[in-house]
Amino acid sequence: MHQEHQDLPTTLQKVGKHLPQNVTGWLFSGPAVLILLLMMAFPIVYTVYLSFTNWTPSVLGAHQYVGWQNYIKLIFEDERFQNSVGRTLIFTIGGVAIQTILGVGLAMVFNRDFAGRGFFRTIFMMSMVATPVAIALVWMMVMDINTGVLNYVIELINGSRIAWLSDRSIVLYSLIIIDTWQWTPFIMLIVLAGLSALPTEPYEAAQIDGASGLQMFWYLTLPMLRPTLMVALMFRSIDALKTFDIIYVITGGGPAFATETLNLYIYSQGFQYFNMGYASAALVLFFILVFGTSLLFIRLRRATSEMM
Amino acid sequence: MGSLTSMPQSSRHRSWFRHPIIVGLRTIVFYALLILLWFPFFFVFAWMLMGAFKNQIQNTAIPPLLFFTPTLANFETVFNSNPMVQFLLNSTVVGVGATLLALIFGLPAAYAIARYRQQRLATAILVARIMPGISYLVPWFIMFSQLKLVGSYFTLIMAHLIITLPMTIWLMIGFFEDIPRELDEAALIDGCNPFQAFMQISLPLTLPGISASAILSFIYSWNNFMFSLVLANQDTRTLPVAVFSFISYTQVDWGGLNAAATIITLPVLIMILFVQKQMVRGLTLGSVKG
Repeated sequence: MHQEHQDLPTTLQKVGKHLPQNVTGWLFSGPAVLILLLMMAFPIVYTVYLSFTNWTPSVLGAHQYVGWQNYIKLIFEDERFQNSVGRTLIFTIGGVAIQTILGVGLAMVFNRDFAGRGFFRTIFMMSMVATPVAIALVWMMVMDINTGVLNYVIELINGSRIAWLSDRSIVLYSLIIIDTWQWTPFIMLIVLAGLSALPTEPYEAAQIDGASGLQMFWYLTLPMLRPTLMVALMFRSIDALKTFDIIYVITGGGPAFATETLNLYIYSQGFQYFNMGYASAALVLFFILVFGTSLLFIRLRRATSEMM
Repeated sequence: MGSLTSMPQSSRHRSWFRHPIIVGLRTIVFYALLILLWFPFFFVFAWMLMGAFKNQIQNTAIPPLLFFTPTLANFETVFNSNPMVQFLLNSTVVGVGATLLALIFGLPAAYAIARYRQQRLATAILVARIMPGISYLVPWFIMFSQLKLVGSYFTLIMAHLIITLPMTIWLMIGFFEDIPRELDEAALIDGCNPFQAFMQISLPLTLPGISASAILSFIYSWNNFMFSLVLANQDTRTLPVAVFSFISYTQVDWGGLNAAATIITLPVLIMILFVQKQMVRGLTLGSVKG
């Protein structure tokens, strides 16, 4: 590819050498910036604009400005929206909490040399990179009420079956189980990376002082890991809030909206009912939730790294 | 990684901990725990693979069958009753397109961030990682409908670029920062212009990073469901959307569904073998170097 650049007119080469640093920088990043403006910034601005209108494709071009009406309706009147926010929070907070505990535990198990470490690690990575739609299909089969292998085991132990995907009071938790299966390795891998960067001196000192393994984990490892954990929690929380594929494929938000999270609610407002204006208002609230979460963890991370 | 392996599980004060029998027992307990934790992760994939080679009766048998005579019938059904080759082709075209464009636009951008300190651009790209994908869909849908481009490969590639471009840029910033500045500067003094320095000095040195970015980009494009769900049409439908649509037609054909799931997942599982190290770095935008 560099051939093309050698063929550039020599005048351009001379200009290139004498351009101010930041202009040269923007020449490198300009094309990417243009794409991001077009595909990212414009959609965001447009969504904010749409959220103040009653736009639906059926009245193309004839949409009106409705002020804060969409927001007022969503926040104060729309129970389906309010419930979807609640479910999103349960799914995110519950799932991420379990995944963090399990992930840290797994990382502690993995943080040593043992035969087959690489092999086990690879298998643990599979769940987070496998195509979510495929994972969803397999879990539908595993959790099937009649023929699912999970219920076969439960029935052996418990004597009765669980309606994992059809009982309204259970199904959200079933999805948390799947999410946990899928994403615990993510926390594990980040924590492992964090562990490998920890200094060894404090441990040597603690060992001389006769600290037990548990004490060292609690008073040394965990505090030192906090900045890493905050990164893991931030990305995991953002992704949990945004979970779509698994839920949409397995339950479609049902039964009777029992798993309709914010993402699915917005999807159905936008692409099933085509209430684009209303969906946009819900989207803006969704941004605020996701951004607020990220800022919270960025703050927490800063606070913990200053403490160290 | 090995620096903490001596992390004190065994205390010097308790020498019986080192007794061969105790060490042996501890190893057994360790592996038992490990396999217990590991089993669910292994099992789901094993079950998918087994399900793909079972017929309907074997798939719904109680108790579930671990041993059975495998059949290829599910794969035949999936390929014969669906334009599966077309779906595979669609996913490949969109994935390769989005990956190549991400490299073409992302490599210089990452270089600019690393060399010309465009931190604000880096932060702006972080926003792309945070934004819910669905928030682009309404405007994109309107935008591409007006251009009469809904359902085209172009639209899908542009949409997937919003996943692949930020990932490529963030991964590559770190790789460019790892190259000593002096190398570029020497090239500039020798009469290269900044673009030649980038193309001839920096790019060849970051080849491992470039291939990791390309593989990860391709995987995340390949896996994407939501964008194609809204923006693809009958002819450009990618694999995940196509397989999702099998559910409604073949409600309980578990064999077929597992075969389809295997077909989508297998390429991804093979590809991650090559990018295990960069995986975490990619997912956390370089903030954690795995």
